[in-house]
Amino acid sequence: MSDVTLKTALPKEKVETPFARFVADYCSSTVAVAALAVVVVLIALSALAPWIAPQDPYDLTQLSIMDNMLAPGERSMEGKLYLLGTDDQGRDMLSAMFYGLKLSFFVGIVATALALAIGVALGITAAYFGGRIDTVIMRIVDLQLSFPAILIALILLSLLGKGVDKVIIALVTVQWAYYARTIRGGALVERQREYIDAARNLALPAHRIIFKHLLPNCLPPLVVVATIQVAHAISLEATLSFLGVGVPITEPSLGLLISNGYKYILSGKYWVSVYPGLLLLLTILAINLVGDRLRDLLNPRLKS
Amino acid sequence: MTAVLEVRDLKAHFFTRRGVVAAVDGVDFSLQRGEVMGLVGESGSGKTVTGLSILGLIDPPGRIVAGSIKLAGQELVGADEETWRTIRGRKVAMIFQDPMMTLNPVLRIDTQMMEAILAHEKVPQEEARQRCRDALGRVGIPSPDERLSAYPHQFSGGMRQRVAIAIALLNNPELIIADEPTTALDVTIQAQIVAQVQKLAAEMGTAVVWVTHDLAVVSGLADKLAVMYAGRIVEEGPTADVLNRPMHPYTLGLLNSLPVRNPRGKPLNQIPGAAPSLLALPPGCPFAPRCPRAVDVCVTTPPAEADAGNARRLRCYNPLPSAEAA
Amino acid sequence: MLAFLIRRVGQSLFVILAMAALVFLGVFLIGNPIDVLLAPDADQIERQQAIERLGLDKPLWQQFLIFLYDLVRGDLGKSFVHGTSAVGLIFERLPATMELALVALLLAVFIGIPLGIIAGLKSDSWAGRSIMTGSIVGFSLPNFWFGIMLILFFAVTLQWLPAGGRGPTGSLFGIELSLLNPAGWPNLLMPALTLAIYKVSLVIRLAYSGTREAMLQDYVRFARAKGLSRKRILGVHVLKNILIPIVTVLGLELGSMIAFAVVTESVFAWPGIGKLLIDSIGRLDRPVIVAYLMIVVALFALINLLVDILYSVLDPRVRLSESGS
Repeated sequence: MSDVTLKTALPKEKVETPFARFVADYCSSTVAVAALAVVVVLIALSALAPWIAPQDPYDLTQLSIMDNMLAPGERSMEGKLYLLGTDDQGRDMLSAMFYGLKLSFFVGIVATALALAIGVALGITAAYFGGRIDTVIMRIVDLQLSFPAILIALILLSLLGKGVDKVIIALVTVQWAYYARTIRGGALVERQREYIDAARNLALPAHRIIFKHLLPNCLPPLVVVATIQVAHAISLEATLSFLGVGVPITEPSLGLLISNGYKYILSGKYWVSVYPGLLLLLTILAINLVGDRLRDLLNPRLKS
Repeated sequence: MTAVLEVRDLKAHFFTRRGVVAAVDGVDFSLQRGEVMGLVGESGSGKTVTGLSILGLIDPPGRIVAGSIKLAGQELVGADEETWRTIRGRKVAMIFQDPMMTLNPVLRIDTQMMEAILAHEKVPQEEARQRCRDALGRVGIPSPDERLSAYPHQFSGGMRQRVAIAIALLNNPELIIADEPTTALDVTIQAQIVAQVQKLAAEMGTAVVWVTHDLAVVSGLADKLAVMYAGRIVEEGPTADVLNRPMHPYTLGLLNSLPVRNPRGKPLNQIPGAAPSLLALPPGCPFAPRCPRAVDVCVTTPPAEADAGNARRLRCYNPLPSAEAA
Repeated sequence: MLAFLIRRVGQSLFVILAMAALVFLGVFLIGNPIDVLLAPDADQIERQQAIERLGLDKPLWQQFLIFLYDLVRGDLGKSFVHGTSAVGLIFERLPATMELALVALLLAVFIGIPLGIIAGLKSDSWAGRSIMTGSIVGFSLPNFWFGIMLILFFAVTLQWLPAGGRGPTGSLFGIELSLLNPAGWPNLLMPALTLAIYKVSLVIRLAYSGTREAMLQDYVRFARAKGLSRKRILGVHVLKNILIPIVTVLGLELGSMIAFAVVTESVFAWPGIGKLLIDSIGRLDRPVIVAYLMIVVALFALINLLVDILYSVLDPRVRLSESGS
């Protein structure tokens, strides 16, 4: 009976590549597409800041203290229009916000990339070698993750002092453990699978097994974590700068702007704090929406 | 005597993003009091969905689109949720495949048993508890008091399934749907559970629909067999009759692929090809592409159900001649 | 159960000890303990006294023991700025922070869980979707900015609530708490809300995914097959299962709320340990920073311990596997 050919061909189903299906699924949510568009636009705006901002708000020669605390839409005495007003140093809010956004993205992305590299390296090592190495690394990870990020960052920065590089160091220290734990979890599951045994049996060198076989299969949760962590890093930098322990006041930071404006709130001069905050919220929200959508798509459990 | 269960032209479809899946597409059968029916088919044949339909547990994106389900004369299709709720666990009970997952791990056994009684009757707690004790005894679980205070994970798989059976019997239902209750269990335990259900069906006059993909399991247990393929029943009849004198080529294929029917040293018999995707059914008989006996009309028009004498029913244009059997 | 408890308490003590060791190394080995623990304007006599008291002329391990002894006694030096015991300063301000964190936690539980369950059950409806969108906005909000917006709106524009500071307090066993004095509640409202907003969003999402996952479980299907009412299925079967991850997260989040109070207290000038920490960092008042660290670690260890105990009460699988097999 096994050599009987089929009388009629079975009808074929439409076939699409996994990537095409992924993109199609992602795009089925208009909110997610809008969020992604917003993120792209914001990154572009911030990258182009030096060219499109009406003023370089951190170049002291361009500032005039006479222009300080102008309300949005007001003109200076020379007739310059300040769309979103100025702060107490005479900085154009719109320009300051672009520059601040640039710093936020810079810090957020660099810190995440570094933390990702370190975390993944350590996590995969722990998973692959197991035993003592695994225990030691994971104990450190657990200890660190049981501590609120803000405290670790605060203490570190109180030791290191202010500065963009120091903020990045603090953010990396706070984040790496998430990646280590995520990838270790995934790697442990994958390690049990047959294709790793097969690779081992072929006597492939350890680093090759790790990079070409183990790693690609652990990527999806990492992508989700990394996206959300960028948003986190941006928020944390702004918070630290607001508290006065982040970047020094000579650097543009949305957090610093908000903190500057804080003292004028009670007299109703809202614009120095409100607008940078709105931009910050928009950025973080857009990134979180993208990350959320990615998580929905890459999370196997809720797939019905 | 009115049948306990009468299913006529039942259709349950799932409306998914990729198309409409006709999981159950015109199923007819009836059951008398105390009768055990084996509902046999591969995965995707629609047997589980049939079982769930009888309990009204088809959730969106699926729903019953047509047909009638009459339980002791009461029409269930189109009934409101409250009516369904009073029927479930009382007139019809269900046993699921994986006993590990069907019992809530964070609640005690007695809680989960007593609530099945209390959902339908107002009885004092102690009486409900006594009934649970009795039910556990009836399924052969020793020291029922200890067991009642325990949690599900403290039981073995076989015991958990017995508890599930006990729960099903608590309110003396007229019908039990058992959806592959032994698939997740050891072969030795399997035999015990099968024997248990048989005994209880006989003692209490409960009708049983035993859903399975394993012909061997139901052959000793069922009074009649119904074979499902691609959402329809293709053959039905008294068990011994269907097994000894199959009429549908698919049934013969199933029988022949049982390991016990294959001589040693020869390659195993298989039905060539694979079950069709329910999203893209061929026109005509869904089995035609794999059928060695397919003729022209099989490919163009789906066969209707027909009486084949001797309480046998069949959907086939070109059934096996009576002489052809194992 | 007792063995479980003893083991967990041991673990907590270990963590505190490890942290103490870290702090000790940081202060005594890497830093200069004199600079850290002694005011910059201390004179020669005070220096000599400090050296003797801290045992700085003794071997390192003895210094560590002295440090631990001091720790247990609650003596970590005097604040440079205030001149009083650093540990005492922290304990004085601790109730303010604790009540803020607790009120925020209660808000998170009583607003977050019901909203999350509703969203989980009606995930495709308008209500469900707006709740989930609201939750993403909630946890994207920069905490400090939200506080400022609240002040702008309720204090400056509407003038309904005070802009900052802690209102009148009531006293219980000598501890001052705003909760005990209704006149102090308006001051508590905005800071608690600001602190809570992130957690509320988190809890909503947890309750949402927990509910959705629970509804897919076989035991829910089986419960329906038994003919149980929806109310019972939700209230008993589902709720107990989703409480477990929520309790775990809330426990951890209480710790992080105490930490995040740093930001909220700064915005609202709330006199808790968070504000104290920021001020101390700004003024280089190191003994207070060290004291803050140690006390907060001990607090976290305690909270984690309580959460573990609560977890084992809720999930019988944990309890029984620890004692029996």
